[in-house]
Amino acid sequence: MFPARAHREYPHRYRLEAGQCKKCGKVVFPRRLICPVCGHREFGKVILPDTGKLVSYSVIRVAPSQFTDEAPYAIGIAELTNGVKLMAQVADCDVDNIKVGMDIRIEFRRIQTDGHHGVLSYGYKFVPKWY
Amino acid sequence: MVGIVGYGAHIPRHRIKVEEIAKVWGADAPSYKKGLMLTQKSVPSPDTDTITLSVTAARNALLRAGKVNPVEIGAIYIGSESHPYAVKPSGTVVAEAIGATPEIHCADFEFACKAGSEAMFVCLGLVKSGYVKYALAIGADTSQGAPGDALEYSASAGAAAFIMGSDNLLAEAVDTYAYMTDTPDFWRREYQFYPQHGGRFTGEPAYFKHVTGCAEGMMKKVGMKPSDFNYVVFHQPNGKFPMRVGKMLGFKKEQIEPGWLTPRLGNTYSGSSPIGLTATLDIAKPGDMILMVSYGSGAGSDGFVWKVTDRINEVRDKAVRTTKLLDENITFVDYGTYAKFRHKIRKND
Ligand SMILES: [Zn+2]
Repeated sequence: MFPARAHREYPHRYRLEAGQCKKCGKVVFPRRLICPVCGHREFGKVILPDTGKLVSYSVIRVAPSQFTDEAPYAIGIAELTNGVKLMAQVADCDVDNIKVGMDIRIEFRRIQTDGHHGVLSYGYKFVPKWY
Repeated sequence: MVGIVGYGAHIPRHRIKVEEIAKVWGADAPSYKKGLMLTQKSVPSPDTDTITLSVTAARNALLRAGKVNPVEIGAIYIGSESHPYAVKPSGTVVAEAIGATPEIHCADFEFACKAGSEAMFVCLGLVKSGYVKYALAIGADTSQGAPGDALEYSASAGAAAFIMGSDNLLAEAVDTYAYMTDTPDFWRREYQFYPQHGGRFTGEPAYFKHVTGCAEGMMKKVGMKPSDFNYVVFHQPNGKFPMRVGKMLGFKKEQIEPGWLTPRLGNTYSGSSPIGLTATLDIAKPGDMILMVSYGSGAGSDGFVWKVTDRINEVRDKAVRTTKLLDENITFVDYGTYAKFRHKIRKND
């Protein structure tokens, strides 16, 4: 990932910052310019909760080149405790043990290394919630 | 009065047993287990490094700190010998991830296994001087021993974070002390992947001399003796050294045990005595006195005397306890998985 793009995305990738429509209250993640519900253009900042449930997932067995070492791995969609849905890799979990409905927690992880020379990209992943 | 406002730890969930490593190198597992007094060590997954461990530990520290707004943290120092970048401080990413930028002073610290306690020492000083309201000190490592080397059985991963401040303390820093000499017991030259160590030279003139020197100097400075402390936390390169040094100094096993994690965690290097302190705070009562002595090869020790306050009872369960991270929800891996996780296998780029 280009450093400039990664840098722009720190607020949501690093800190789970979402936008909340000042008119109808809809929480959008990542933040956007226009509310998909009411068309309003003003948003406040909210931080997403770090727990939720997995609602869907797909196991990647043939991975893109930068992720081949991690295959097989799962990409899942989780619904957080405030109803917001987001997509991330499911880490620290054998792909055979992943189940729809399992409790997850969001953890800060390394996403990409860009070879031995590039910038390191960090962000959020899901891990099984066990406490 | 300055001290700890919030503390938190993080330990990766994977473990490898001494037997599994010994099997690969044809070594005798029982003698390693007995000699090092440890049975297993933590293994970081490939997407886990000093930065990610630090972020999770810092978030746990913020949970226990309660009303501290991250933007009020005026300094962040991360001590590690496994910073992911050679040039670019780990603290830049961690401060950004917890929302503490941009008005914050940042540097990475290095001093073998005592880099984390160095960060604690400096943070206390900055808060005491009034330069910053809060300061975040982290000791974190994903340390590596060369394959087949004795260090491979113990070098592990983990992190502890402490938010230092002057009000709302859960433990007061009564005093600090430092003891340091030029002792070449362990080192790594630039561009070298694995560290070198001086074999038996690492014991008496290095670990034992500095830890006893620091503990005795610290106790003399505050006018206390071993029996005045409820708990003591030493740096733990293996399970044996902290027990032996405790006995040399006149501490009892019961004072050492709550923070003695290496037998089932391994040596988390910069995280070692700091994580031991988090486990000790997890079970401490108001009024308890804790002595902490770190050790970093090269060589030196930092000493701290902590006095636990009433606030410990309110905050200890605001975040996950260290022994829970250590003993529950763990997965054992085989040597092949470990070698892949730790990038010990050379591939074509
Ligand atoms: Zn709206």
